Amino acid sequence: MAKLRYHIRFPEEKIPAPIIYEIGHEYKVVTSIRRADVRDTTGWMDVEFLGDTEEIERAVDGMREKGVLVDPIELNVVE
Amino acid sequence: MAKMKALVCRECGKEYPTEAIHVCELCFGPLEVKYNYDEIKAKVSRESIEAGPRSLWRYQDFLPIEGKPTIGLHAGYTPLVRAHNLGAFLGIDELYIKNDCVNHPTLSFKDRVVAVALTRARELGFETAACASTGNLANSVAAHAAQAGMQCYVFIPGDLEAAKVLGNLIYRPKVIEIEGTYDDVNRLCSEIAGERQWAFVNVNIRPYYAEGSKTLAYETAEQLGWRAPDQVVVPMASGSLLTKIWKGLNEFHRVGLIDSVNTKVNGAQAEGCSPIATAYKDGRDFFKPVKPNTIAKSLAIGNPADGYYALKTVAESGGAMDTVTDDEVVEGIKLLAQTEGIFAETAGGVTIGVLQKLAKQGLIKRDEVTVAYITGNGLKTQEAVVDSVGRPFRIPPSLAKFEQIFGKQGEA
Repeated sequence: MAKLRYHIRFPEEKIPAPIIYEIGHEYKVVTSIRRADVRDTTGWMDVEFLGDTEEIERAVDGMREKGVLVDPIELNVVE
Repeated sequence: MAKMKALVCRECGKEYPTEAIHVCELCFGPLEVKYNYDEIKAKVSRESIEAGPRSLWRYQDFLPIEGKPTIGLHAGYTPLVRAHNLGAFLGIDELYIKNDCVNHPTLSFKDRVVAVALTRARELGFETAACASTGNLANSVAAHAAQAGMQCYVFIPGDLEAAKVLGNLIYRPKVIEIEGTYDDVNRLCSEIAGERQWAFVNVNIRPYYAEGSKTLAYETAEQLGWRAPDQVVVPMASGSLLTKIWKGLNEFHRVGLIDSVNTKVNGAQAEGCSPIATAYKDGRDFFKPVKPNTIAKSLAIGNPADGYYALKTVAESGGAMDTVTDDEVVEGIKLLAQTEGIFAETAGGVTIGVLQKLAKQGLIKRDEVTVAYITGNGLKTQEAVVDSVGRPFRIPPSLAKFEQIFGKQGEA
Protein backbone atom coordinates (compact mmCIF):
# COMPACT_ATOMS: atom_id res chain seq x y z
CA MET A 1 0.00 0.00 0.00
CA ALA A 2 1.25 3.45 -0.87
CA LYS A 3 0.52 6.80 0.72
CA LEU A 4 0.74 9.72 -1.67
CA ARG A 5 0.04 13.36 -0.87
CA TYR A 6 -1.45 15.90 -3.21
CA HIS A 7 -2.50 19.53 -3.32
CA ILE A 8 -5.83 19.77 -5.10
CA ARG A 9 -7.34 22.98 -6.45
CA PHE A 10 -10.96 23.48 -7.37
CA PRO A 11 -12.00 25.98 -10.05
CA GLU A 12 -15.07 28.00 -9.08
CA GLU A 13 -17.49 25.84 -11.07
CA LYS A 14 -16.26 22.66 -9.39
CA ILE A 15 -16.60 23.84 -5.79
CA PRO A 16 -20.07 22.33 -5.21
CA ALA A 17 -19.10 18.97 -6.79
CA PRO A 18 -18.57 16.07 -4.33
CA ILE A 19 -15.38 15.02 -6.10
CA ILE A 20 -13.51 13.53 -3.14
CA TYR A 21 -16.57 11.38 -2.33
CA GLU A 22 -16.88 10.25 -5.95
CA ILE A 23 -13.21 9.32 -6.21
CA GLY A 24 -13.52 7.17 -3.09
CA HIS A 25 -16.33 5.26 -4.78
CA GLU A 26 -14.89 5.00 -8.26
CA TYR A 27 -11.39 3.86 -7.29
CA LYS A 28 -9.98 1.64 -4.56
CA VAL A 29 -8.37 4.48 -2.67
CA VAL A 30 -8.89 5.91 0.79
CA THR A 31 -8.78 9.70 0.93
CA SER A 32 -7.82 11.68 4.02
CA ILE A 33 -8.20 15.48 3.91
CA ARG A 34 -5.60 17.17 6.12
CA ARG A 35 -6.05 20.85 5.34
CA ALA A 36 -8.49 22.75 3.19
CA ASP A 37 -9.73 26.22 2.38
CA VAL A 38 -12.89 26.32 0.35
CA ARG A 39 -14.49 29.65 -0.47
CA ASP A 40 -17.18 30.99 -2.80
CA THR A 41 -14.92 31.33 -5.81
CA THR A 42 -11.93 29.14 -5.09
CA GLY A 43 -10.84 26.20 -3.01
CA TRP A 44 -7.96 23.88 -2.26
CA MET A 45 -7.31 20.74 -0.24
CA ASP A 46 -4.24 18.86 0.91
CA VAL A 47 -5.20 15.19 0.67
CA GLU A 48 -3.53 11.86 1.37
CA PHE A 49 -4.40 8.94 -0.90
CA LEU A 50 -3.95 5.44 0.48
CA GLY A 51 -3.96 2.46 -1.90
CA ASP A 52 -1.93 0.70 -4.57
CA THR A 53 0.31 3.15 -6.42
CA GLU A 54 -1.24 2.42 -9.80
CA GLU A 55 -4.76 2.78 -8.44
CA ILE A 56 -3.84 6.11 -6.86
CA GLU A 57 -2.43 7.28 -10.19
CA ARG A 58 -5.67 6.26 -11.89
CA ALA A 59 -7.63 8.14 -9.24
CA VAL A 60 -5.50 11.24 -9.79
CA ASP A 61 -6.10 11.02 -13.54
CA GLY A 62 -9.79 10.61 -12.76
CA MET A 63 -9.77 13.78 -10.67
CA ARG A 64 -8.10 15.68 -13.47
CA GLU A 65 -10.77 14.43 -15.88
CA LYS A 66 -13.38 15.82 -13.50
CA GLY A 67 -11.79 19.25 -13.90
CA VAL A 68 -9.78 19.76 -10.74
CA LEU A 69 -6.06 20.50 -10.64
CA VAL A 70 -3.79 18.03 -8.88
CA ASP A 71 -0.20 18.87 -7.92
CA PRO A 72 2.45 17.35 -5.66
CA ILE A 73 2.12 18.50 -2.05
CA GLU A 74 5.39 20.43 -2.46
CA LEU A 75 3.88 22.48 -5.33
CA ASN A 76 6.71 23.42 -7.74
CA VAL A 77 9.90 21.52 -7.01
CA VAL A 78 11.70 22.67 -10.15
CA GLU A 79 13.58 25.88 -9.32
CA MET B 1 21.36 22.42 24.51
CA ALA B 2 21.73 22.44 20.72
CA LYS B 3 20.91 25.63 18.84
CA MET B 4 18.50 23.68 16.60
CA LYS B 5 15.53 22.68 18.73
CA ALA B 6 13.38 20.94 16.16
CA LEU B 7 11.67 21.15 12.83
CA VAL B 8 8.29 22.77 13.32
CA CYS B 9 5.22 22.88 11.11
CA ARG B 10 4.51 26.41 9.91
CA GLU B 11 0.79 25.67 10.02
CA CYS B 12 -0.06 23.52 13.03
CA GLY B 13 3.12 23.92 15.11
CA LYS B 14 3.79 20.18 15.50
CA GLU B 15 7.46 19.51 16.14
CA TYR B 16 9.71 16.90 14.54
CA PRO B 17 13.33 15.82 14.96
CA THR B 18 15.87 17.63 12.80
CA GLU B 19 15.98 15.01 10.06
CA ALA B 20 15.52 14.99 6.29
CA ILE B 21 11.78 15.67 6.30
CA HIS B 22 9.93 18.65 4.89
CA VAL B 23 6.18 18.14 5.30
CA CYS B 24 4.14 17.81 8.49
CA GLU B 25 2.75 14.30 8.76
CA LEU B 26 -0.36 15.65 10.45
CA CYS B 27 -1.51 18.58 8.32
CA PHE B 28 0.95 18.46 5.39
CA GLY B 29 2.13 22.00 6.14
CA PRO B 30 5.77 22.88 5.39
CA LEU B 31 8.40 22.43 8.09
CA GLU B 32 11.00 24.97 9.14
CA VAL B 33 13.84 25.00 11.63
CA LYS B 34 13.12 26.13 15.18
CA TYR B 35 16.10 27.54 17.07
CA ASN B 36 17.07 28.06 20.67
CA TYR B 37 17.54 31.82 20.50
CA ASP B 38 18.61 32.15 24.14
CA GLU B 39 21.59 29.95 23.41
CA ILE B 40 22.44 31.84 20.23
CA LYS B 41 22.12 35.18 22.05
CA ALA B 42 24.50 34.02 24.77
CA LYS B 43 27.06 32.97 22.20
CA VAL B 44 27.14 35.64 19.50
CA SER B 45 28.11 39.29 19.46
CA ARG B 46 28.94 41.81 16.76
CA GLU B 47 32.60 41.23 17.59
CA SER B 48 32.43 37.45 17.36
CA ILE B 49 30.77 37.69 13.96
CA GLU B 50 33.26 40.27 12.70
CA ALA B 51 36.07 37.93 13.72
CA GLY B 52 34.56 35.09 11.65
CA PRO B 53 35.38 33.95 8.13
CA ARG B 54 34.62 36.25 5.19
CA SER B 55 31.82 33.98 4.02
CA LEU B 56 28.26 33.22 5.06
CA TRP B 57 29.69 30.91 7.71
CA ARG B 58 30.48 33.91 9.90
CA TYR B 59 26.77 33.51 10.81
CA GLN B 60 26.94 29.77 11.41
CA ASP B 61 25.41 30.14 14.86
CA PHE B 62 22.16 31.10 13.06
CA LEU B 63 22.35 28.30 10.51
CA PRO B 64 20.92 24.76 10.75
CA ILE B 65 24.06 22.69 11.09
CA GLU B 66 25.34 20.83 14.13
CA GLY B 67 29.08 20.74 13.52
CA LYS B 68 31.48 22.80 11.49
CA PRO B 69 30.69 23.77 7.89
CA THR B 70 32.17 21.37 5.36
CA ILE B 71 30.76 22.37 1.99
CA GLY B 72 30.58 25.77 0.28
CA LEU B 73 33.14 27.37 2.55
CA HIS B 74 33.50 30.47 0.35
CA ALA B 75 29.86 31.25 -0.39
CA GLY B 76 28.39 34.56 0.66
CA TYR B 77 29.79 37.80 2.08
CA THR B 78 29.25 39.50 -1.26
CA PRO B 79 29.60 43.28 -1.71
CA LEU B 80 26.93 45.72 -0.57
CA VAL B 81 27.50 48.42 -3.16
CA ARG B 82 26.51 52.03 -2.45
CA ALA B 83 24.67 52.88 -5.66
CA HIS B 84 25.22 56.64 -5.98
CA ASN B 85 24.46 56.87 -9.69
CA LEU B 86 21.38 54.68 -9.71
CA GLY B 87 20.19 56.35 -6.50
CA ALA B 88 20.50 59.79 -8.11
CA PHE B 89 18.58 58.55 -11.16
CA LEU B 90 15.77 57.08 -9.04
CA GLY B 91 15.66 59.81 -6.40
CA ILE B 92 16.88 57.68 -3.50
CA ASP B 93 19.70 59.22 -1.47
CA GLU B 94 20.96 56.06 0.18
CA LEU B 95 20.54 53.13 -2.19
CA TYR B 96 22.54 49.91 -2.03
CA ILE B 97 22.86 46.91 -4.30
CA LYS B 98 23.46 43.60 -2.56
CA ASN B 99 25.47 41.99 -5.31
CA ASP B 100 25.18 38.20 -5.40
CA CYS B 101 26.28 38.27 -9.07
CA VAL B 102 29.71 37.54 -7.64
CA ASN B 103 28.81 34.76 -5.25
CA HIS B 104 31.21 31.83 -5.11
CA PRO B 105 31.39 29.46 -6.93
CA THR B 106 28.51 29.75 -9.45
CA LEU B 107 27.63 33.45 -9.43
CA SER B 108 24.15 33.36 -7.94
CA PHE B 109 22.51 33.48 -4.51
CA LYS B 110 21.84 29.74 -4.82
CA ASP B 111 25.42 29.19 -3.63
CA ARG B 112 24.21 30.28 -0.19
CA VAL B 113 21.33 27.86 0.11
CA VAL B 114 23.28 24.98 -1.42
CA ALA B 115 26.26 25.49 0.91
CA VAL B 116 23.93 25.16 3.89
CA ALA B 117 21.84 22.34 2.38
CA LEU B 118 24.77 20.12 1.48
CA THR B 119 26.64 20.73 4.71
CA ARG B 120 23.51 19.63 6.54
CA ALA B 121 22.95 16.75 4.10
CA ARG B 122 26.40 15.42 4.82
CA GLU B 123 25.75 15.67 8.57
CA LEU B 124 22.62 13.60 8.01
CA GLY B 125 24.68 10.94 6.24
CA PHE B 126 23.72 11.53 2.60
CA GLU B 127 26.23 10.71 -0.11
CA THR B 128 24.13 11.85 -3.07
CA ALA B 129 22.89 15.35 -3.81
CA ALA B 130 20.02 16.04 -6.18
CA CYS B 131 17.80 18.83 -7.40
CA ALA B 132 15.24 19.73 -10.02
CA SER B 133 16.13 22.96 -11.67
CA THR B 134 16.08 25.10 -14.78
CA GLY B 135 19.32 26.93 -14.08
CA ASN B 136 21.07 28.50 -11.13
CA LEU B 137 20.17 25.86 -8.56
CA ALA B 138 21.40 23.00 -10.74
CA ASN B 139 24.68 24.81 -11.44
CA SER B 140 25.27 25.36 -7.75
CA VAL B 141 24.36 21.84 -6.62
CA ALA B 142 26.52 20.28 -9.32
CA ALA B 143 29.50 22.50 -8.48
CA HIS B 144 29.29 21.98 -4.73
CA ALA B 145 28.76 18.22 -5.11
CA ALA B 146 31.84 18.00 -7.36
CA GLN B 147 33.95 19.83 -4.79
CA ALA B 148 32.56 17.72 -1.96
CA GLY B 149 32.99 14.42 -3.79
CA MET B 150 29.28 13.62 -3.60
CA GLN B 151 27.25 11.82 -6.23
CA CYS B 152 24.96 14.25 -8.00
CA TYR B 153 21.73 13.99 -9.99
CA VAL B 154 20.31 17.01 -11.74
CA PHE B 155 16.83 16.88 -13.28
CA ILE B 156 16.04 19.38 -15.99
CA PRO B 157 13.17 19.95 -18.43
CA GLY B 158 13.90 18.48 -21.87
CA ASP B 159 13.73 21.84 -23.66
CA LEU B 160 16.32 23.74 -21.62
CA GLU B 161 18.72 26.01 -23.51
CA ALA B 162 22.06 24.41 -24.49
CA ALA B 163 24.12 26.90 -22.50
CA LYS B 164 22.32 26.00 -19.29
CA VAL B 165 22.73 22.28 -19.88
CA LEU B 166 26.44 22.83 -20.46
CA GLY B 167 26.66 24.82 -17.22
CA ASN B 168 25.66 21.63 -15.43
CA LEU B 169 27.53 19.03 -17.50
CA ILE B 170 30.89 20.66 -16.89
CA TYR B 171 30.77 19.50 -13.25
CA ARG B 172 29.95 15.96 -14.40
CA PRO B 173 26.78 15.24 -12.48
CA LYS B 174 24.22 12.85 -13.92
CA VAL B 175 21.98 15.21 -15.87
CA ILE B 176 18.54 13.83 -16.63
CA GLU B 177 16.44 15.61 -19.23
CA ILE B 178 12.79 14.86 -18.74
CA GLU B 179 10.44 14.79 -21.70
CA GLY B 180 7.01 16.29 -21.23
CA THR B 181 5.35 19.42 -19.97
CA TYR B 182 6.63 21.45 -17.07
CA ASP B 183 3.91 19.88 -14.89
CA ASP B 184 5.13 16.40 -15.87
CA VAL B 185 8.69 17.31 -14.90
CA ASN B 186 7.50 18.72 -11.61
CA ARG B 187 5.40 15.69 -10.74
CA LEU B 188 8.09 13.16 -11.66
CA CYS B 189 10.76 15.00 -9.64
CA SER B 190 8.50 15.11 -6.62
CA GLU B 191 7.95 11.34 -6.95
CA ILE B 192 11.66 10.58 -7.41
CA ALA B 193 12.46 12.68 -4.34
CA GLY B 194 10.06 10.51 -2.37
CA GLU B 195 11.53 7.25 -3.64
CA ARG B 196 15.30 7.74 -3.29
CA GLN B 197 17.48 8.19 -0.25
CA TRP B 198 19.06 11.29 -1.71
CA ALA B 199 19.54 14.78 -0.38
CA PHE B 200 17.08 16.47 -2.75
CA VAL B 201 18.04 19.96 -1.73
CA ASN B 202 14.80 21.75 -2.50
CA VAL B 203 12.52 18.89 -1.43
CA ASN B 204 13.48 16.77 1.59
CA ILE B 205 16.34 19.09 2.62
CA ARG B 206 14.27 22.22 2.00
CA PRO B 207 13.87 23.26 5.67
CA TYR B 208 17.69 23.55 5.92
CA TYR B 209 18.29 24.75 2.38
CA ALA B 210 15.90 27.69 2.72
CA GLU B 211 17.69 28.94 5.84
CA GLY B 212 20.76 29.79 3.77
CA SER B 213 18.85 32.74 2.32
CA LYS B 214 18.81 34.43 5.73
CA THR B 215 22.49 35.21 5.31
CA LEU B 216 21.59 37.87 2.74
CA ALA B 217 19.78 39.73 5.52
CA TYR B 218 22.58 39.21 8.05
CA GLU B 219 25.20 40.53 5.64
CA THR B 220 23.04 43.51 4.75
CA ALA B 221 22.62 44.49 8.40
CA GLU B 222 26.29 44.03 9.21
CA GLN B 223 27.49 45.85 6.09
CA LEU B 224 25.15 48.77 6.84
CA GLY B 225 26.89 49.14 10.20
CA TRP B 226 24.61 46.91 12.26
CA ARG B 227 21.26 48.34 11.28
CA ALA B 228 18.29 47.16 9.25
CA PRO B 229 17.45 49.04 6.05
CA ASP B 230 14.17 50.97 5.73
CA GLN B 231 13.24 49.27 2.48
CA VAL B 232 14.30 46.13 0.66
CA VAL B 233 13.32 44.99 -2.83
CA VAL B 234 13.51 41.24 -3.36
CA PRO B 235 12.83 39.14 -6.47
CA MET B 236 10.27 36.39 -5.96
CA ALA B 237 10.23 32.92 -7.48
CA SER B 238 8.99 30.47 -4.83
CA GLY B 239 8.76 33.44 -2.43
CA SER B 240 11.14 31.78 0.03
CA LEU B 241 13.97 34.32 -0.31
CA LEU B 242 11.72 37.22 0.63
CA THR B 243 10.40 35.48 3.74
CA LYS B 244 13.90 34.49 4.83
CA ILE B 245 15.27 38.03 4.51
CA TRP B 246 12.50 39.15 6.84
CA LYS B 247 13.25 36.25 9.19
CA GLY B 248 16.98 37.03 9.18
CA LEU B 249 16.48 40.68 10.09
CA ASN B 250 14.10 39.77 12.90
CA GLU B 251 16.48 37.13 14.27
CA PHE B 252 19.28 39.72 14.45
CA HIS B 253 16.93 42.00 16.38
CA ARG B 254 15.79 39.19 18.65
CA VAL B 255 19.33 38.39 19.80
CA GLY B 256 20.23 42.07 20.16
CA LEU B 257 22.61 42.49 17.22
CA ILE B 258 20.53 45.33 15.77
CA ASP B 259 18.30 47.76 17.64
CA SER B 260 15.15 47.60 15.58
CA VAL B 261 13.54 46.30 12.40
CA ASN B 262 11.24 48.75 10.66
CA THR B 263 12.03 47.38 7.23
CA LYS B 264 9.38 47.37 4.53
CA VAL B 265 9.85 44.20 2.49
CA ASN B 266 8.87 44.60 -1.18
CA GLY B 267 8.47 41.78 -3.67
CA ALA B 268 9.25 41.85 -7.40
CA GLN B 269 7.98 39.55 -10.14
CA ALA B 270 7.90 39.53 -13.92
CA GLU B 271 4.44 40.09 -15.38
CA GLY B 272 4.67 36.82 -17.30
CA CYS B 273 4.91 34.84 -14.05
CA SER B 274 3.45 36.85 -11.21
CA PRO B 275 1.12 34.69 -9.16
CA ILE B 276 2.22 36.28 -5.88
CA ALA B 277 2.31 39.91 -6.99
CA THR B 278 -1.04 39.53 -8.75
CA ALA B 279 -2.62 38.20 -5.55
CA TYR B 280 -1.16 41.20 -3.71
CA LYS B 281 -2.57 43.64 -6.27
CA ASP B 282 -5.98 41.95 -6.12
CA GLY B 283 -5.97 42.09 -2.32
CA ARG B 284 -6.11 38.30 -2.01
CA ASP B 285 -4.32 36.26 0.67
CA PHE B 286 -3.92 33.33 -1.72
CA PHE B 287 -2.39 33.05 -5.17
CA LYS B 288 -3.64 31.41 -8.33
CA PRO B 289 -1.01 29.26 -10.11
CA VAL B 290 -0.01 30.38 -13.60
CA LYS B 291 1.85 29.01 -16.62
CA PRO B 292 5.08 31.02 -16.76
CA ASN B 293 5.82 33.07 -19.85
CA THR B 294 8.71 35.45 -19.21
CA ILE B 295 12.36 35.92 -20.04
CA ALA B 296 13.04 35.98 -16.29
CA LYS B 297 13.32 32.20 -16.20
CA SER B 298 15.02 31.99 -12.82
CA LEU B 299 11.82 33.48 -11.35
CA ALA B 300 9.43 31.42 -13.46
CA ILE B 301 7.73 29.38 -10.76
CA GLY B 302 4.03 29.30 -11.49
CA ASN B 303 2.93 27.44 -8.37
CA PRO B 304 5.21 28.87 -5.68
CA ALA B 305 5.64 26.86 -2.48
CA ASP B 306 6.09 29.95 -0.30
CA GLY B 307 3.72 32.27 -2.13
CA TYR B 308 1.27 32.42 0.76
CA TYR B 309 4.05 33.19 3.23
CA ALA B 310 5.51 35.89 0.97
CA LEU B 311 2.11 37.61 0.88
CA LYS B 312 1.95 37.39 4.66
CA THR B 313 5.47 38.81 5.09
CA VAL B 314 4.83 41.79 2.84
CA ALA B 315 1.59 42.55 4.67
CA GLU B 316 3.28 42.23 8.07
CA SER B 317 6.18 44.50 7.13
CA GLY B 318 4.04 47.11 5.37
CA GLY B 319 5.79 46.60 2.04
CA ALA B 320 4.39 46.24 -1.45
CA MET B 321 4.67 44.10 -4.58
CA ASP B 322 4.82 45.04 -8.21
CA THR B 323 5.55 43.55 -11.62
CA VAL B 324 7.46 44.49 -14.76
CA THR B 325 7.09 43.50 -18.39
CA ASP B 326 9.87 41.67 -20.21
CA ASP B 327 10.85 44.92 -21.94
CA GLU B 328 11.12 46.57 -18.53
CA VAL B 329 13.26 43.65 -17.34
CA VAL B 330 15.75 44.36 -20.13
CA GLU B 331 15.66 48.09 -19.35
CA GLY B 332 16.31 47.29 -15.69
CA ILE B 333 19.35 45.16 -16.56
CA LYS B 334 20.71 47.95 -18.75
CA LEU B 335 20.02 50.66 -16.18
CA LEU B 336 21.93 48.80 -13.46
CA ALA B 337 24.82 48.01 -15.79
CA GLN B 338 25.05 51.58 -17.13
CA THR B 339 24.80 53.31 -13.74
CA GLU B 340 26.64 50.91 -11.41
CA GLY B 341 28.69 48.64 -13.66
CA ILE B 342 26.86 45.52 -12.49
CA PHE B 343 25.62 43.05 -15.10
CA ALA B 344 22.70 41.19 -13.57
CA GLU B 345 20.70 38.30 -14.94
CA THR B 346 17.03 38.77 -15.78
CA ALA B 347 15.92 38.43 -12.14
CA GLY B 348 18.06 41.50 -11.42
CA GLY B 349 16.23 43.35 -14.18
CA VAL B 350 12.97 42.47 -12.44
CA THR B 351 14.27 43.83 -9.13
CA ILE B 352 15.56 47.08 -10.63
CA GLY B 353 12.40 47.58 -12.69
CA VAL B 354 10.20 47.19 -9.63
CA LEU B 355 12.53 49.34 -7.52
CA GLN B 356 12.08 52.07 -10.12
CA LYS B 357 8.28 51.72 -10.02
CA LEU B 358 8.11 51.80 -6.23
CA ALA B 359 10.30 54.91 -6.12
CA LYS B 360 8.18 56.61 -8.79
CA GLN B 361 4.99 55.80 -6.91
CA GLY B 362 6.43 57.32 -3.75
CA LEU B 363 6.32 53.98 -1.92
CA ILE B 364 10.10 54.26 -1.48
CA LYS B 365 11.02 57.74 -0.34
CA ARG B 366 14.17 59.72 -1.03
CA ASP B 367 15.47 59.56 2.54
CA GLU B 368 14.86 55.84 3.12
CA VAL B 369 17.84 53.49 3.29
CA THR B 370 17.04 51.03 0.51
CA VAL B 371 18.62 47.74 -0.51
CA ALA B 372 17.91 45.95 -3.80
CA TYR B 373 18.89 42.29 -4.03
CA ILE B 374 20.61 41.20 -7.24
CA THR B 375 20.66 37.43 -7.16
CA GLY B 376 22.45 36.25 -10.29
CA ASN B 377 25.04 37.16 -12.91
CA GLY B 378 24.10 38.56 -16.33
CA LEU B 379 26.61 36.36 -18.13
CA LYS B 380 24.15 33.52 -17.51
CA THR B 381 21.27 35.13 -19.41
CA GLN B 382 22.97 37.02 -22.22
CA GLU B 383 20.28 35.97 -24.69
CA ALA B 384 17.86 38.29 -22.90
CA VAL B 385 19.76 41.42 -23.86
CA VAL B 386 21.66 40.40 -26.97
CA ASP B 387 19.34 42.32 -29.31
CA SER B 388 19.07 45.48 -27.24
CA VAL B 389 22.61 46.59 -26.47
CA GLY B 390 23.65 47.81 -29.92
CA ARG B 391 26.64 46.72 -31.99
CA PRO B 392 30.33 47.66 -31.92
CA PHE B 393 31.61 50.39 -34.27
CA ARG B 394 33.46 48.57 -37.04
CA ILE B 395 36.20 50.60 -38.75
CA PRO B 396 39.29 49.93 -40.84
CA PRO B 397 42.65 50.39 -39.06
CA SER B 398 42.74 54.10 -39.92
CA LEU B 399 43.17 57.06 -37.56
CA ALA B 400 41.32 59.28 -40.01
CA LYS B 401 38.32 56.97 -40.00
CA PHE B 402 38.34 56.78 -36.20
CA GLU B 403 38.41 60.57 -35.92
CA GLN B 404 35.72 60.85 -38.54
CA ILE B 405 33.37 58.95 -36.25
CA PHE B 406 34.56 60.05 -32.83
CA GLY B 407 36.00 63.49 -33.50
CA LYS B 408 39.19 64.83 -31.98
CA GLN B 409 37.82 64.64 -28.44
CA GLY B 410 36.91 60.98 -28.67
CA GLU B 411 33.15 61.59 -28.52
CA ALA B 412 30.90 59.99 -31.12
